[in-house]
Amino acid sequence: MSTTIIETKSALDTALRPAAEAGKQSSLEVTDYDNRQTVGAITVDHPKMVCRNVNVYYGAKQALRNVGIDIGANQVIAFIGPSGCGKSTFLRCLNRMNDTIVTCRVTGQLKLDDEDIYAPVIDVVQLRARIGMVFQKPNPFPKSIYENVAYGPRIHGMVNTKAELDELVRASLERAGLLKEVDKRMNDPGTSLSGGQQQRLCIARAIAVNPEVILMDEPCSALDPIATAKIEELIDELRENYTIVIVTHSMQQAARVSQRTAYFHLGDLIEVGETDQIFTNPKHKLTEDYITGRFG
Amino acid sequence: MQSFLLLTLILLSIGGYYLGRNRAFAVAGGQIRHLHSLPSFYGSYTALWCGLPALIVFAVWATLQPSVIIDLVVSGMPPELRNLPPDQLNLVVNDLKNLVSGNIVSSTPDAAMLDAANRYHNLQLIGNVSLWVVILTLAIAGAAYAWRAISPSLRARNRVEQVVNLLLILSSTVAIFTTIGIVLSVLFESILFFRKVPITEFLFGTQWSPQTALRADQVGSSGAFGSVPLFAGTLLISGIAMVVAVPIGLMAALFLSEYATPKFRAVAKPALEILAGIPTVVYGFFAALTVAPLIREIGAAMGLHVASESALAAGLVMGIMIIPFVSSLSDDVINAVPQSMRDGSYALGATKSETITRVLLPAALPGIVGSILLAVSRAIGETMIVVMAAGLSANLTANPLEAVTTVTVQIVTLLTGDQEFDSPKTLAAFALGLMLFVVTLILNIIALHVVRKYREQYE
Repeated sequence: MSTTIIETKSALDTALRPAAEAGKQSSLEVTDYDNRQTVGAITVDHPKMVCRNVNVYYGAKQALRNVGIDIGANQVIAFIGPSGCGKSTFLRCLNRMNDTIVTCRVTGQLKLDDEDIYAPVIDVVQLRARIGMVFQKPNPFPKSIYENVAYGPRIHGMVNTKAELDELVRASLERAGLLKEVDKRMNDPGTSLSGGQQQRLCIARAIAVNPEVILMDEPCSALDPIATAKIEELIDELRENYTIVIVTHSMQQAARVSQRTAYFHLGDLIEVGETDQIFTNPKHKLTEDYITGRFG
Repeated sequence: MQSFLLLTLILLSIGGYYLGRNRAFAVAGGQIRHLHSLPSFYGSYTALWCGLPALIVFAVWATLQPSVIIDLVVSGMPPELRNLPPDQLNLVVNDLKNLVSGNIVSSTPDAAMLDAANRYHNLQLIGNVSLWVVILTLAIAGAAYAWRAISPSLRARNRVEQVVNLLLILSSTVAIFTTIGIVLSVLFESILFFRKVPITEFLFGTQWSPQTALRADQVGSSGAFGSVPLFAGTLLISGIAMVVAVPIGLMAALFLSEYATPKFRAVAKPALEILAGIPTVVYGFFAALTVAPLIREIGAAMGLHVASESALAAGLVMGIMIIPFVSSLSDDVINAVPQSMRDGSYALGATKSETITRVLLPAALPGIVGSILLAVSRAIGETMIVVMAAGLSANLTANPLEAVTTVTVQIVTLLTGDQEFDSPKTLAAFALGLMLFVVTLILNIIALHVVRKYREQYE
């Protein structure tokens, strides 16, 4: 992974420099700030999730307008944009976490493997077992490290014996790169870990249920750079087996870990594309302003 | 006279506050930034110097003055009065005081008494005047000292905060010392009781009949002080109450915090809390006039013999009474569990009930146990409902359909009416109080251990 990261990083640097210096805007397709039509390719060859015409309302206020995007299988897609742009709201639509907010209303089409996740036949409990989530602030349960990871498998009846559960817990911790650090202290409370370890515990907890998609809502914003680097490395490894959607405020992080990037702006999906392209050659003026630091 | 002095002192301190504040402005040349503390702190500093030393001297003086004056007066009395035994001397002094204050005295005062009364009156006058002089001098001197000490570099804020800190320490110790005082007084009375009745009989006896003979030959006066039936009755009634209150209260709390709409919660929670505001005597009526007959009728219909006053009636009503203690506090602690815990659980595909039983309840456990503990102590201490609905007869029984009595009810019946305070009958009340205190203390310690063992901290 290191080579891709370095390449993307240098690509980002070269992208930021000329834009800041002179502003060669020859590649821009949309220069009109008021044009909020999504630019770029919203479809991919092997979509895991397909979203079309998604609108989200909080009471009377519309938080997202007409969002359409594909989420590719075994890819990392990053949602970026200024605060309040709707990227977290959209993320929470993907596993119907917005259901817990009474005033929230979602319209449009959201499909997971050709199945409409908002269809009445869908059981939200089973859906969330297929689409895991990691939150901004590490939120381990006030239980032991072991119990934190065992929580999901237990409630879904995924294992029959204690030995199987042990194995699953250890495997999940191993995948989250945490096993070595906690092997001797499985019965310590999860809250006794450091922030970065807690976040990896939350990732282990999510993958213990064996989801197909993992949603991450600014997973590193509460962590120091070293813990952040570990999580980013982990995300890159997890891509092999899972589809990952990550919301981030750090453009460097988006550039480092994602293959595709989507830029949200005040409730609109402005631009979608390959990460390299978004950061080196944005097509929308708003995207360019944001990644060059002129806005947000 | 002395309350006037106190008022003067307060006014002086208020004056000192403004003096100090203005002085601070003056020494700073109008530039507050040059001062170490805000001007109001210099004001408080001056006010404290003005009021506090004077107040302390005032308090010491006021407690010592009466006994000093009496000593002086007594030493000036003729020897035949002065050399009386202490208890008779006490009576004379009381007469003297009544004479001075113009109350009724026991006999027509003789010359020696009148002379002593005069001296008493004079000494009191001198004492009061000198108190005024001393206090006012101290107050003004203190204020003057503080006024002179004010300079931009004076750390007035730190000084004032030190005094406030001291005040906080004193306040926190008040509760502790009060508890210690109560325990000691109950303990000493109990020791008196245990001199008359063996402690083993009190702790293990199964007969409670607190009668003592007024005369040696009185019939049916053999008292029995076995406290077991009382504690059994307390346990039985509290147990029934908890069986009612804990499940209902907890489920109400869960509904309010997790299922109810905010609108419903806003109405239902205060409504539930009103239950806690109803006087227990009203619950007593309810238990004695409605619930107890109802239970008797139901029992009769089922072919059971139910006493007209039963532990069940008292326990049921008491349970209803303490529901809000469990529900309201538990609701608060369940609500206090961070939303991120719920989100984390839901995101793993947990259902609402799984989230509640596996995440919320364990996280809220310490608070829930605390609320149950509070309810238990209310149940144990409750008296009125039991008096009215469960009766006074100290039966040793586990049958909730019979009449029983509790520790608190017996304490009340032992101490009401005209009583002599050295008979085992009245002293037994203190022993019961002590036992009750020990039992609740042990309950608290056990609960604390339970909480510490099973608590799941989310921070």
